[in-house]
Amino acid sequence: MAFNRPLLRTSYAEDAAILPTAFQKGAVGIALLLLSAMALDVPIVSAIPKFLLGNTWLSPFNNMLIFCVAALGINILVGVTGQVSLGHSFFMGVGAYAAVLLGGDGSGGLACVPFHAQLGLLERTTRCGLALPIWIWLPAAGLAAAAVGILVSPVAVRVRGLYLAIVTVGLVFIGQHIGVMLPEFAGDAESGRRWPPLEFRLWRRNDGNEDNPLINFSEDGTWFGFLELSDSQKSFFFLLGVVLFATVLAKNLMRSRTGRALQAIRDRDVAAEVMGVPEREYKRLGFAISSAYAGVGGALFAVNLSRVGPPEWSLLLAVDFIAILLIGGAGTIAGTLMGTFFVELLPDFVERLTESQSEAAEGSGVGGAIARFLLTDGSRNDFGPIATSAQAFGWPLPVPLWNFVIYGVLIVVFLIAEPLGLFGIWLRIRNYWKGWPFSY
Amino acid sequence: MSIQNQPLLEVEDITLRFGGVTAIDGVGFHVNPEELFAIIGPNGAGKTSIFNSISQVYRPQEGDIRWRGDSIMGQRPDAVARLGIARTFQNIALFGNMTVIDNILTGRHIQMKESWFAGMKWFGAAKKEEMENRARVEDIVDFLEIQPYRKMPVSLLPYGIQKRVELGRALAMDPDLLLLDEPVAGMNLEETEDMARFILDIRSELGISMILVEHDMGLVMDIADRILVVDFGKPIGTGLPDEVQSNPDVIAAYLGEDFSQDAGAAAGFSS
Ligand SMILES: Nc1ncnc2c1ncn2[C@@H]1O[C@H](COP(=O)(O)OP(=O)(O)O)[C@@H](O)[C@H]1O
Ligand SMILES: [Mg+2]
Repeated sequence: MAFNRPLLRTSYAEDAAILPTAFQKGAVGIALLLLSAMALDVPIVSAIPKFLLGNTWLSPFNNMLIFCVAALGINILVGVTGQVSLGHSFFMGVGAYAAVLLGGDGSGGLACVPFHAQLGLLERTTRCGLALPIWIWLPAAGLAAAAVGILVSPVAVRVRGLYLAIVTVGLVFIGQHIGVMLPEFAGDAESGRRWPPLEFRLWRRNDGNEDNPLINFSEDGTWFGFLELSDSQKSFFFLLGVVLFATVLAKNLMRSRTGRALQAIRDRDVAAEVMGVPEREYKRLGFAISSAYAGVGGALFAVNLSRVGPPEWSLLLAVDFIAILLIGGAGTIAGTLMGTFFVELLPDFVERLTESQSEAAEGSGVGGAIARFLLTDGSRNDFGPIATSAQAFGWPLPVPLWNFVIYGVLIVVFLIAEPLGLFGIWLRIRNYWKGWPFSY
Repeated sequence: MSIQNQPLLEVEDITLRFGGVTAIDGVGFHVNPEELFAIIGPNGAGKTSIFNSISQVYRPQEGDIRWRGDSIMGQRPDAVARLGIARTFQNIALFGNMTVIDNILTGRHIQMKESWFAGMKWFGAAKKEEMENRARVEDIVDFLEIQPYRKMPVSLLPYGIQKRVELGRALAMDPDLLLLDEPVAGMNLEETEDMARFILDIRSELGISMILVEHDMGLVMDIADRILVVDFGKPIGTGLPDEVQSNPDVIAAYLGEDFSQDAGAAAGFSS
């Protein structure tokens, strides 16, 4: 019996560690070192991501790291607490707007009061923003989203399953509508407004020329006087730090009393109550913590894109997170991170693949033939499945649509074959090698 | 009434209706400290509904339920749990995706204090509390002899083991009253004997009062101090095992009108 193998741990503390075995500690350490080396453009290792994602791989990778933060949040709500929400993009939006109001440049300045536009007191070009530093706007983004989460929780904790999903979809549409209604907050209805850059300053931005930030992310320049980094390299290290921090917090939550209570509600809500877990209180807490992650993720998302319009905080964005959980494995942190990695980088990988195929199509031999078969420019006698040129609806599909198809197929396959997602596959591989060469 | 001889739990004439169905019809009883009280009756008699009323998962329309003299009617189930009432379920209600250890640790929820914030910080108070309670959980694991399954998700465990884990989860709450809903239903003889041993040990070593709902007449007659018999939601007799066994109403209700001495013996009526 596989479970009869004794667990040779010297203490409960070791047993409860985030990475209980030396092997796991080593693997994560090496992975982080490798990632850093790749980001620092160390010759041989950095060839891997460049090959898979192209020379500008760091930019989609940074975006993926931001999605990791938000995905850890949706995992706490959907995967851990078992409350299916389609409103994650709404809470990301709340965080993003909290960030821009506090950190963004405001021509309206301190005097900018909400709803003035409705009263006809402000020009439509007025923007509210206090130009505060990141120390304030980033945590505030999380707090604001959590506060809004608590605000809607009286409704959210009373409905379950499909009904909760529908209520939270409602939030997304309400949020988009409010965004369009309040241009002094959200900027132009389509193009949005400019978010503050990712940079650390001690206090408010100087208006004069003696603008001297502590650590500067937005321009090329040295860190600590010697480390010469590009802006996306700097962002990478900052975001990696944020993801690590967010992961440790989520993991701590899961291994403590509160995390168990949330999981108990997910698995058997009546039994959880009979064990003394106040169901609604804990659902509200799950909502608030999940929203805080969404808020921080949303703020970073907007900062990374620099300009975001209200329609961006859409149902489609929320569904992305459900795809992440289904593909990665809901309820586990490793699964969430794997799912985000996969779901957020796959489109760039497919795009890169098409690019290299179109290069290959120019060439001769087998590679060229395969590429010519796969790709099509849309002309009449060219039947390849992937369209290279933007064209009208229908077959052949362009790359972005192929990505939808791939997600759809993957979600269905995972739902049927491996409900634990990528995490489940990883577990199987691990268990296989654990028993090697004797499989029990 | 002095604290010493005050009953732990008093159920006074409760009536519970679901639409047209009357699941409990004027049932009343009390449980004394350190007593093992049993409720028996045919299927659908309302035994599980009585448990659900005590833990306030169901709200009886009439009557009163008092804990150490104070009414608990209208409280939420989690508040009742914090009073010191733990239970197991007829159809196992474990947290299926969690391990045995985590299930039993969840039973420690009301005994633990650290907030979500301390939990996310982990180092310091939360970790200390976690380790202390983990040690307590290991004691329960040893007591119930389920060491080999500690790290397994409970949904993968055999039925008899799941029943034990559920008992462990309830014990972890350090309750004053334990409600056991058919703890040996569906078990073979050996598993039944193990479970009976655990129940007796809980009483003798921990001094926890219990209400036992059980179909296995032999077990009930052997270990219960007093017995309540219900049928169609109505109480038809309370008393010592001997009294209940010789009560003609009980015999008729439990075994049907054409009850014979032989069938009675087969079912565990040894009179
Ligand atoms: N949630 C419920 N809704 C409707 N009827 C119920 C519910 N729970 C129990 N009942 C009914 O109450 C009666 C007693 O059920 P139960 O308490 O489960 O009996 P027992 O545990 O003695 O077998 C049954 O007729 C059952 O159908
Ligand atoms: Mg029952």
